[in-house]
Amino acid sequence: MRLLRPLLLGLLLASPAYAVSDPAELLPNHAQELRAEEIGEQLRCLVCQNESVEQSDADLARDLRHVIRQRVVAGDSDQQVIDWMVARYGDFVRLRPPFNATTVLLWLAPVIALLAGGLAVLIARRRRPVAIAPLDEAEQQRLANLLKS
Amino acid sequence: MTPLQRRSLLLAPLGAAAVGGTAFWMLLDRMSQGTYDPHSLPSMLIGKKLPDFSLPGDPPSPGFSSTDVVAGKQPALVNFFASWCIPCVQEAPVLMQLKRRGLPVWGIAYKDKTPDTDAFLKEHGNPYIRTASDKPGTVAINFGLYGVPETYLVDGTGIVRWRWAGGLSDDVVSNYLNPLLQRLA
Repeated sequence: MRLLRPLLLGLLLASPAYAVSDPAELLPNHAQELRAEEIGEQLRCLVCQNESVEQSDADLARDLRHVIRQRVVAGDSDQQVIDWMVARYGDFVRLRPPFNATTVLLWLAPVIALLAGGLAVLIARRRRPVAIAPLDEAEQQRLANLLKS
Repeated sequence: MTPLQRRSLLLAPLGAAAVGGTAFWMLLDRMSQGTYDPHSLPSMLIGKKLPDFSLPGDPPSPGFSSTDVVAGKQPALVNFFASWCIPCVQEAPVLMQLKRRGLPVWGIAYKDKTPDTDAFLKEHGNPYIRTASDKPGTVAINFGLYGVPETYLVDGTGIVRWRWAGGLSDDVVSNYLNPLLQRLA
């Protein structure tokens, strides 16, 4: 019973499951391993393109995890490791693409959609037909005549 | 509503559907021809120097290095392949044809066992001027490779001009490779 509480706490704190298929992949230094995992989470697996390098079970992802760990141990900063990957695989390797000339539309799409929607509402309001003026005397006379006949 | 407005209200969606449909049809057509792959990525190597590498060969092949590829001072292909890769089998006759045309093709066996590579080359022909072996796949990562086969065109000065990810076909050669070779010649 005395063990239960720390066990439950451990479960709560457990980190998400990664695709590390071999415990030998893990770095002995825990802080470095955490950093490597964080970097891998930001990088796209080029084989199964919607998974991160850290989640994917693909061979290439395993190789890239290995490279990340090598570079972390060699003393590279997070940014240096990511730059190393981008130099080889392009911005596509980043799951969070940078803001630049080619991604400007991607990042601004929500703003553009909002503006377009606002504009559409504005135009629709302006176009709202004006209330029809009541019939004048001559028209009322004509209507009465038409109804009579 | 004027008649013009009414007509445009009918024709605009029809027009949009026609444009979309044509675009979609062209996309599917190019996918079936093998000239468009929605998963393909642009290569970061285009316009850059061939990455430095030196790989061992499967004996008796001595292997080769990036300087060997450039030493010929003429356009050459670097082709990553593996015996376990099905599109590699499909592109083998295309590579053999390029060899017959006199284009040097350098072969890098990616994560392959030596006897398997040998058997593959015996069965499907050896289009390569020389082969080397990248068993750990580290040189491949420096190329930005994300699958096999991949083919890189290097010009006479050692600059990478083109990358094709996936198997080469006659269509790919005539649509992309030949015009480039003509321009480089």
